[in-house]
Amino acid sequence: RICVITLAEAHPLLQHGKTIKNINYQISANCSRLQNKVSGKSKRPCLFIFQMQGAQFLTELAPLCRISSSDGEEYTIYSCIRGRLIEVNENILSNPALLQEKPSTEGYIAVVLPKFEESKSITQGLLTQKEYEEVLLKRCSSAS
Amino acid sequence: MSSLAEKDRPIVQLLLNTGTCPRCVLRFCCVGSQMLYRHPHKDLMKDLQEFLKNSQEEEDTVCLDVADPPCKRLRLEHREEEGADDLKHNGAVPQLPSADGGNAAVESSPGNVCNVCLGILQEFCEADFVKKVCQKVNSADYQFTSFVFSVSLPPQLSVRERAAWLGVKQQMRNLGLPLPKDDIVQLKEAYKWIIHPQLSEELCVPADGKSLFEVSVVFAHPETDEECHFLATACPDCFKPAKNKQSVFTRMAVIKALEKIKEEDFLKHFPCPPSSPNNLCDALEIQCNNGAVFVAGRYNKYSRNLPQTPWIIDGERKLESSVEELISEHLMAQFKADSFNFSSSGREDVDVRTLGNGRPFAIELVNPRRIHFTAEEMKRLQQAINDSSDKIQVRDLQLVTREAIGRMKEGEEEKTKTYSALIWTDKAIQREDIAFLDDIKELKLDQKTPLRVLHRRPLAVRCRLIHTMKSEYIDEHHFRLHLKTQAGTYIKEFVHGDFGRTKPNIGSLLNRTADILELDVESVDVDWPPTLAD
Repeated sequence: RICVITLAEAHPLLQHGKTIKNINYQISANCSRLQNKVSGKSKRPCLFIFQMQGAQFLTELAPLCRISSSDGEEYTIYSCIRGRLIEVNENILSNPALLQEKPSTEGYIAVVLPKFEESKSITQGLLTQKEYEEVLLKRCSSAS
Repeated sequence: MSSLAEKDRPIVQLLLNTGTCPRCVLRFCCVGSQMLYRHPHKDLMKDLQEFLKNSQEEEDTVCLDVADPPCKRLRLEHREEEGADDLKHNGAVPQLPSADGGNAAVESSPGNVCNVCLGILQEFCEADFVKKVCQKVNSADYQFTSFVFSVSLPPQLSVRERAAWLGVKQQMRNLGLPLPKDDIVQLKEAYKWIIHPQLSEELCVPADGKSLFEVSVVFAHPETDEECHFLATACPDCFKPAKNKQSVFTRMAVIKALEKIKEEDFLKHFPCPPSSPNNLCDALEIQCNNGAVFVAGRYNKYSRNLPQTPWIIDGERKLESSVEELISEHLMAQFKADSFNFSSSGREDVDVRTLGNGRPFAIELVNPRRIHFTAEEMKRLQQAINDSSDKIQVRDLQLVTREAIGRMKEGEEEKTKTYSALIWTDKAIQREDIAFLDDIKELKLDQKTPLRVLHRRPLAVRCRLIHTMKSEYIDEHHFRLHLKTQAGTYIKEFVHGDFGRTKPNIGSLLNRTADILELDVESVDVDWPPTLAD
């Protein structure tokens, strides 16, 4: 199952007043998510998943990009999903506002494809929209 | 025997003496008259013996020491041990006048299997075997107008033939005679000369090398299977490791090795002449196979809940039935085929209808028992399919050739398609807001591989053209769009934008968020298969 990584609703960057200064896909000296090369093995349609040669493999804590806001804060966005990095959204590099205007659609961060065998366990480890909202409520009430 | 000449005498002599059957003898003498091979076995034997006798009487010839001793010994043994009565019984030498110096031929009695053909040109040319084959063919209940008979021979036959031939050459050298031509009549060819007319008569159809109906027989001779093994040590590079569990000694590999191996090496490892086997070959399998037939047509799909091909994940069927199954079920039953291969000029999603003239498709029916269908019968078949389901309908159902399939696949990549999409927008629209779409011609799209197919297609960007569009206003949040596009365009993604990965898209053109509610294929612009009059 293909996964699209986007900013969560409650992410600070999506709160009022934040302006994005810069988005950087260069994670370290050797690693840039922009240089992710993905080539399929076969052009013919097939019903099972085939290997993406060369695509970077991500673990949950692998950084996807770093975003700095105009107020001096820097945020690292993590993959949160184990799998092969298929693509990062270059549209937000040219138009950072997209990330805030349409965080769940055109402002997505990356596309990750988990391994076929892990697909089910990964999906089960995620929260539904409802469960997420409950987490947020608890966070708010414990903060106050 | 007029086909044989004086030069053939030593060859005939040697071969008959060492246990070779008359037909193989004729082959080794390069006798090309097909008719001759069809003569009954006994007659041929008699003719050969006559030939030998006459030659001897006419020309005061060479009494060959080489041929004699085994022969004489055989006769003597029989006489001493078993008495005159048993001579015929054991197939021993018929008593020729002693003046002939013992140059008699050993008669191949029913018990003696030819040391070269292992019985193929003996028992397996007889009426009994022909009857057996025809029984198999008739019970398999195929429709056919001609046949091709293919035979698979055990590889050791080539080895034995080589050995017998080397013996002949050796003999000629010893006699100081010129070496005979190497191009003897092939066993398979002679076999077909004999058996084709018989099969043809029984089956009442002609033999034809190009026939689509194939009757095949596999012969095996387990008794001598190991005779090929020495070639593996002599020419190891001819024998590749065995695939699956099959023997590495295939006919091709053995023939290749025989071409490479030197005469001296061969003779070191294999008896010359080859020994007489105890048993005939076994005819292992008699199988029938008809070449595939192709049925083409166009299908309409009226269901939004039907996949084109069966949708099965992890062995579980996700949706009942499929376009291909609904069509091929009937064809399989009528043509009585083993299996089918379905292909079409492009595909549509489960939830997309195919309207208009429908989408061209072709079905290959593998090993069909029935192949003759009149135009009338095809029409009835089409009607049966259409009566059986309201989810699909077919038209222009007809038999086509294999080559015709190419035309259909051309269509997939080159021809245009037209669609009708029901579109929803988040922000309200008025008629004026969508009117401009009608004026856009040859709109260029850049489509990244849609997310929904990324798990089975490589990531790439496709440039596709939307040739024309026509909008139909419905209400503030809905309109219908008719489009004519280049083959390979993802329509759904053009409407909703696929996370901005298809640009431009309806959303970006209208400056709104758009989504697609319904999609129909209105036409697939391929003019194949030919339209049939109703």
